[in-house]
Amino acid sequence: MDEMKEVVKAYVIKEYVEDDTELTYDTPLISGGIVDSFSMVSLKRFLENKYNISIPDDKATPEAFDSVNKICVLVNEYLK
Amino acid sequence: MAYTDKTRGMYGDVLTGLKDAGLYKQERYIHSAQAADIEVEFPAGASLKKVINICANNYLGLSSHPEVVKAAHAGLDSHGYGMSSVRFICGTQDIHRTLEGMVTKFLGTEDTILFPSCMDANAGVFEAVLTKDDVMISDRLVHASIIDGIRLCSAMHDTFKHSDMEHLEEKLQLHNDKRLKCVITDGVFSMDGDTAKLDKMVELCEKYDALLFVDESHSSGFIGKTGRGTHEQYGVMGKIDIITTTFGKGLGGASGGCVSGRRELVEMCRQKARPYLFSNTIAPPVVAGVIKVLEILSASTDRRDKLEKNTAFWRQGLTEAGLIIKAGDTPIVPVMLFNAKLAQDVSRDLYEEGIYAIGFFFPVVPQGAARIRTQISAGHEIHHLEKALEAFRKVGKKYDILGKTKQEIIERYGM
Repeated sequence: MDEMKEVVKAYVIKEYVEDDTELTYDTPLISGGIVDSFSMVSLKRFLENKYNISIPDDKATPEAFDSVNKICVLVNEYLK
Repeated sequence: MAYTDKTRGMYGDVLTGLKDAGLYKQERYIHSAQAADIEVEFPAGASLKKVINICANNYLGLSSHPEVVKAAHAGLDSHGYGMSSVRFICGTQDIHRTLEGMVTKFLGTEDTILFPSCMDANAGVFEAVLTKDDVMISDRLVHASIIDGIRLCSAMHDTFKHSDMEHLEEKLQLHNDKRLKCVITDGVFSMDGDTAKLDKMVELCEKYDALLFVDESHSSGFIGKTGRGTHEQYGVMGKIDIITTTFGKGLGGASGGCVSGRRELVEMCRQKARPYLFSNTIAPPVVAGVIKVLEILSASTDRRDKLEKNTAFWRQGLTEAGLIIKAGDTPIVPVMLFNAKLAQDVSRDLYEEGIYAIGFFFPVVPQGAARIRTQISAGHEIHHLEKALEAFRKVGKKYDILGKTKQEIIERYGM
C-alpha cells in the first residue's frame, strides 16, 4: 500500500503540480484545485494501466479521487 | 414560479459576493466607433473622455474602415437586414457561400462553414465530429469557448501541460487505443500572447495518427507572412484538420465565426453541429463586410506589416521603460504586475492619463500573474504608442515598478 501511495503521489506531482506545492497523502486534489476534473481522465487511465484494473466510470468520482489515500483505497478495491 | 423577494435576495447576495471579491464586471460605454481614438463614458453618467484604446481585438484597424463600412451598407441594400431562418431552411444566401469559399482559400483549407460566432463554432464542432469512442487532448490554457465545446461532447477528454510537447506525446501514447484522437490548441493564446508550436504538433499528430484542431481567433489576418495565421507562421498550411476562427477580432471585428478544414469534417458540422442547425447565421451586412475585409487582406499585406512594426515598437518601448512583459512577437503584449490590486490601480491611473487598458487577474489568469493586457493595432500610429508609453512610464514611476524584478514587485505588493 505504501509503495502504491508513493507511485500515485509521484504521478500526481509530475502530472499536475507546476510549482513547489507540497503534497501529502491527504492533500485534497480535486477540491483543493490541484487536479481539475477534466484531468482526472489521465489519472484514471494511468491507474488502470499501471495496476491492470478497470475502474467503472461511476466509481471514478471527484470524491474518490480527492487524495492519494482515497485513490489507493479505490485501486485496492479492484485489485485481484 | 413567482419571482419572490427571497429569490431576488438570493441573486442579490451572489452579486454582492462578486463585488466583494473584486470579480464584478462593469461595462464602459464607448460613444464613438471602435478605433485607436475613442470617447468613453465611465463610470456611467460621467462626462465623455477621449482616450487611446490599447485593449481592443481590432488588430488590423478594420473595425471602422471606410471600405468595410461601405461594403456593409451595400450588403444591407442588396441582401437585406436579416434572414429570419436557419441556414438549412431558407437562411442561406449566395453571399454566405461566397464568404465560405473565400475563407477556405484564405486559410488554405478544403471547405468552410459559417457560425453565428466562433464561440458557437467551438461549442458545436467537437460534438459534430467525435463520439464516445474518441479522445480530445487539449492544451491546459485553451480558450473558455473550447472548454465549453469539449463539455458538450461525449468523447473522453484529457489535457497536456501548456505548450509541453513531451507531455502531449505521453498523452497521445496513453490514449493510442482510441478510435480517433483529436489534439486541441489555440494558435495564439489570448492571455499570454504566445503561439502554439504547430510544426511540432503536426509532427506528433502525423506520428500518432491524430487530428489537429487549432483556434485561430487571435491570429487570422495578421500572423504569418501573409496573415493567414499561426499555421502559415509555422509552415504547416494545409496540414491542420480543423481551424476555427472569428470575424469579431482582426477580420473586421463585427461578429461571426467559422469552422474550416477537411471537407468531410466541415460536412459533418453542416449535418450535426447544433449552433449551426438551430440559430441564424451571420447577418447579410456583416457577411458583405467580411468579404470586403478578405479582399483587402488578400490584395496587400500592408496592414499586417504595419501591425508587425507597431508591435515591435511597443514591445521595445515597454522593455526600455523597465516594465516586465511576456516575451513573444504577437500584438498581445501583457505587462506583468503580478498583484491584482496593483493591476487595477495601474489601469485606473492609465485611464486618467488618457490610455484605455484593462487589468486581468485571478481567476481569468493564475493567482499571482495579474497583468495589464495591451493589444496593438494597425490602426495605431506611432504618436498613439508614444503617448501610451509616456503614460506607462509616468504610472510605473508612481508605483516604483520600473526596472524592478518580478521578485521585487511581489515583495512590495504581494501576490
